[in-house]
Amino acid sequence: MVIRLTTPLSEEAVRELSAGDQVTISGTVWGLRDATLIYWHDGGHDFPADLSGGVLLHTQPNARKDGERWVPVCVGTTTSQRMDRFTRPLLERLGIRAILGKGGMSADTAAAMAEHGCVYLAVIGGAASLETLQIEEIEEVYWEHLLPECLWRFRVRDLGPLFVAIDAHGRNLHEDIASRSREHLARLIAG
Amino acid sequence: MVSSVTENFYDVVENVAREAYVMSLKDIPPDVRKALSAAIGAEREERAVQIMRTMLDAAELGDTGMIVCQDTGIPIYWLRIGTARYVDGSRVGAAIEEGVRRATLETPFRSSIVHPVSRLNRQDSTGEGIPVIHFDFAAGADYLDLLMMPKGSGSENWSFLKMLLPADGEPGIRRFILECVVAAGGKACPPLVVGVGLGGSSDQCVALAKQATARPVGQRHPDAKVAAFEMDMLARINQLGIGPQGLGGDTTALDVHVERAWTHNSMNPVAVNMQCWRGERRAARIHYSDLGVDWSYSW
Repeated sequence: MVIRLTTPLSEEAVRELSAGDQVTISGTVWGLRDATLIYWHDGGHDFPADLSGGVLLHTQPNARKDGERWVPVCVGTTTSQRMDRFTRPLLERLGIRAILGKGGMSADTAAAMAEHGCVYLAVIGGAASLETLQIEEIEEVYWEHLLPECLWRFRVRDLGPLFVAIDAHGRNLHEDIASRSREHLARLIAG
Repeated sequence: MVSSVTENFYDVVENVAREAYVMSLKDIPPDVRKALSAAIGAEREERAVQIMRTMLDAAELGDTGMIVCQDTGIPIYWLRIGTARYVDGSRVGAAIEEGVRRATLETPFRSSIVHPVSRLNRQDSTGEGIPVIHFDFAAGADYLDLLMMPKGSGSENWSFLKMLLPADGEPGIRRFILECVVAAGGKACPPLVVGVGLGGSSDQCVALAKQATARPVGQRHPDAKVAAFEMDMLARINQLGIGPQGLGGDTTALDVHVERAWTHNSMNPVAVNMQCWRGERRAARIHYSDLGVDWSYSW
């Protein structure tokens, strides 16, 4: 069964999700990644828009400017691990409800998500052609000097398939699978 | 004294370099798709099947002219310059750089290339030392072979070199490869092509691992012992349970490719390079005689 979510997401709706659930998202999603978060967190610059309670996507899109408007060329998802250290501050200060990325996030991120009521949704990495068709519009682009690592506001429709990889109860699917693979290691190295 | 290639040759190199970059981003190689289809048939984990089906759907969208992955990568070119005619290698390098610039600006797609410290982006996918170009030669050949691989950070960030000891032997090599795959987990975008470099000097070993990822999926090393090692490692890796995107399953790797060189008698270097599930690459042969171009997916 696919759970269809629409933004804004309430804390209650987020806490009802369990690791392994399959979801899609429609509504507003904010795109950002390394340089955007370094500029915000380490540079001490406030976000130029209100992200509170929002949904984030780890991305730096391919987009072309058509007059004043940005048109998506290829919008995909980047590896989330690099964004781990910014995630607790994002949840504490902005009450982010969902983060979309790929490859998994740390135990500390999972703990922060349980504390603040947020989920990590795994996008299928590398399948950006499909993801691009689910972006209805690039509504706004902030911090263009960071191009292509700007702050992007997307309107999306049925973005997915997405899998709940960290739920708001401390379960971390990538970490569970990784720790099982480490248990297999000794046997697979031998003989 | 051999005759020179014609003046137009360098324009053809520029165009081929440009086309190869764009095509590699849109056209997922047939051997990769075949391997994904086969993996879907053998996979026991339902979620893994769904993920790999979605990957094939994304690849099909590439056939309609869309770029499949947003990470347009570090542009890497491997060249074998046939020596039947005189070719100015420095002009070939310049032509490839111009091809990269044009691919980026004319398509257009994003430039991911930045200064290593200031992080300045020229917005044309070039910079000092980029594109990466490996020059080699083909004795007596009347053509130039070019192989283009755009390398995304998701998989390239999981690159490894270890100077093992001779006493570590084959078990040590096996251990290191498996540990690398576990460390990469879902982050390198599995199912992977795991490239392994054995021997050489440290720099050579790393390049061999990268070159290994360019071999078509399912094609074995010509040496039977190396081929057997590849098959054995593939079976072991696919028992780790990491699965597509690190979300579990039997399909962690589509293949394992090993390339080797002899090494120093007190060294045992091993390098591992991960290629994400798309296995992006494009190859072309440019004939000196008529400047005709034969396109393929490997060399």
